[in-house]
Amino acid sequence: MLAGIILAPLAGAAILGLFGKRMGERLIGLIACSTVAVSAFLSFYLFFQHRTSLEHGEKFYQYLFTWISVGSFRADASLLLDSLSGIYILFITFVGFWIHVFATGYMRGDKGYWRFFAYMNLFMFSMLTLVLADNFLMMFVGWEGVGLCSYLLIGYYFLKDFANDAAKKAFVVNRIGDFGFALGVMLLFSKAGSIFYFDDSSRGIHGAFNWAMAQASDPLGWSAISAGGITTIAVLLFVGATGKSAQIPLYVWLPDAMAGPTPVSALIHAATMVTAGVYMVARASSIYTHAPTAMLIVAIIGAATALFAATIGLAQWDIKKVLAYSTISQLGYMFLACGVGAFGAGIFHVFTHAFFKALLFLGSGSVIIGMHHEQDMRRMGGLKKYMPATFATMFVGWLAISGVPLLSGFFSKDEILFSSFTTDVLPGWWPTLLWAIGAITALLTAVYMTRLMVLTFWGREKSQSAETAPVAHSTASDSQHHARHPHESPPSMVLPLVVLAIGAALAGYLGVPEGLSGGKIPNYFERLLEPSISRPGQTAHGAEMTTATPRPNEAAGESTHLSAAEDQSLEFKLTLISSIIAILGIGLGWVWFNRKPLWQPPRLLEQKYYVDEIYDAAVVQPIKQGSTGVLWKIVDVHIIDGAVNGAGHLASMLGGAMRYVQSGLARSYVAVLVLGALLIIGYFVVR
Amino acid sequence: MVPLSWYLGLSALLFTIGAVGVFIKRNAITIFLCIELMLNAVNLTLVSLSGFFGDVGGQLFVFIVMTVAAAEAAVGLAIIISIFRNRESLNVDEVDTLKL
Repeated sequence: MLAGIILAPLAGAAILGLFGKRMGERLIGLIACSTVAVSAFLSFYLFFQHRTSLEHGEKFYQYLFTWISVGSFRADASLLLDSLSGIYILFITFVGFWIHVFATGYMRGDKGYWRFFAYMNLFMFSMLTLVLADNFLMMFVGWEGVGLCSYLLIGYYFLKDFANDAAKKAFVVNRIGDFGFALGVMLLFSKAGSIFYFDDSSRGIHGAFNWAMAQASDPLGWSAISAGGITTIAVLLFVGATGKSAQIPLYVWLPDAMAGPTPVSALIHAATMVTAGVYMVARASSIYTHAPTAMLIVAIIGAATALFAATIGLAQWDIKKVLAYSTISQLGYMFLACGVGAFGAGIFHVFTHAFFKALLFLGSGSVIIGMHHEQDMRRMGGLKKYMPATFATMFVGWLAISGVPLLSGFFSKDEILFSSFTTDVLPGWWPTLLWAIGAITALLTAVYMTRLMVLTFWGREKSQSAETAPVAHSTASDSQHHARHPHESPPSMVLPLVVLAIGAALAGYLGVPEGLSGGKIPNYFERLLEPSISRPGQTAHGAEMTTATPRPNEAAGESTHLSAAEDQSLEFKLTLISSIIAILGIGLGWVWFNRKPLWQPPRLLEQKYYVDEIYDAAVVQPIKQGSTGVLWKIVDVHIIDGAVNGAGHLASMLGGAMRYVQSGLARSYVAVLVLGALLIIGYFVVR
Repeated sequence: MVPLSWYLGLSALLFTIGAVGVFIKRNAITIFLCIELMLNAVNLTLVSLSGFFGDVGGQLFVFIVMTVAAAEAAVGLAIIISIFRNRESLNVDEVDTLKL
């Protein structure tokens, strides 16, 4: 059954990849959507069938075959369903299915229709493998698989240079992260002797996490990073996460990845693939909880990325770029949650984010199609009238991501802010600082999303008078705008928007913070995840971390922890603050971006802090110069080619000397022969 | 009974005649005959030593040498005929196209 979840999309990819070229668009769409539907159905069936067992922390394995078994190293092709992977497969297959449906409309008439859906199905297979794997090597297979599909889909319009460049950039940057991830797994194996997650007695394997649980936690300090212990493992794994999940310093590929078709941006670069890093960190939570330094790094990087990307998002003109930076910022939020030990809150944000960000991306796709492939927001405006369904659904997404109370984004974001304020993992003033950064980011999020909505849907129609507008970067600037009105999208695109809008509105109710209901309604999401992830122990910087204890709230009463009642009233206050922030942000954005001469963002922001330029100067150019000046002109031409040509030259010189032996006189050969024979005989005689 | 040294002396003489012939003659057939002479000088050595030591192995080896010599004669003569057809000459000094 579990295998069916991952094999269905693989079968779809194989069929479409091999025979899709001769199929019609309807058949291709049907195959692509139905294979994902099968996996979605199986996921839902399995999850709800085993729901109570999953809540109690039971794990379901499906062993397929032993992949590698060398010495003490063993890696199985085997799948694991627990509550963490269960939640992931639910939203991956659900959101994935609706994005596939949307794509059948969005990609209509494209020449590579079959190719697109073959890649999409292959992506679903890889992503589900990543999530359902029960050891790090299988996870790495999925990890690389999604990277490959991401590369293929970003470079989908391979005739365009910018798409190819973006695809290469994504691949190379991801490779840096993957390198760290692979090193982390290797180090983990050398320390723990296993790459499996958990013990499984039926197969006689020991889990790396069981090893991690038995370790004393590393002390907090920078020296722990290079000590080669559990902190080093955690930091190396996090390097992988920064690549895949677009965190500082490896986030640069994600904005460029918007060169791919919009459904790809929605599925891969917003809802699923980029959250793989968060999944991995949450999965390895028992390693992270024993490495406080790594936790601090995760939290700092997460918070910094959240703020940094949000400020850039304020100043972008391309509608998809705004959403891309918003995604980076929200991913930062998720890592912030993981870093302060609230892995459950991070995963909850992944879950709600998948809905509203997929919705916003698909909505922007609908806008782009409606505007005849226009992505520059300066040329949009007044679309409310022409695209009511898109407007209504994006409206919900907008409120959800801004954190307006009672929508999904509000609950998950609030949970993260609360956790970072009250965390006992980090020392000193860190919690307050991180909370403040998170709150400012929440404000900025509301502002830039309001900007996007105002510029796109409200205001004057600019599509007709676009000649005067400055054109920065639009993909189809071949003046298609006159005589063509914006139009609403077909039903196959509107329906997924509606479904996701409902999801974006309601997904948050799975995890209502306990403070809001006065502790009457338990946070179902947290309770479900509880057995799958590890929590930091009560003593934050002590030597003994008793991670096995169920949860700090229940074990409260210790001096370090707030009592439940205080906890709830504090949570209530913080919730109030973040609600005010959300409303304030929307109001601010509304006033700010409705002004007549449009606010011109500072160049520093519009140019994304010149990070690409800095990377180019600091990394790309030195490598290029070194490769050309040293490796090519000196090492290759003189040393490598010199050796090869030298060998040839030597042979021809020797041959030139030896040619005089070949006189062509048969009798001279005989003379040499006889002389040689005489010499040999003479040697034996004399000796 | 002829002593062993006579046999060996005769075969050394025949071998030397053969070797010198190969050196100084230009006609391919003559050279070929000289090679045969050398082979048979060695055969004579083998047979005489076989008789001297009472070991039949030497005589057996002679048969092998004769067989090889017969095969070599067939191939050699075929080559010589082929050379003659192409060049109208059997002078080995003129057969030198393989040199540079």
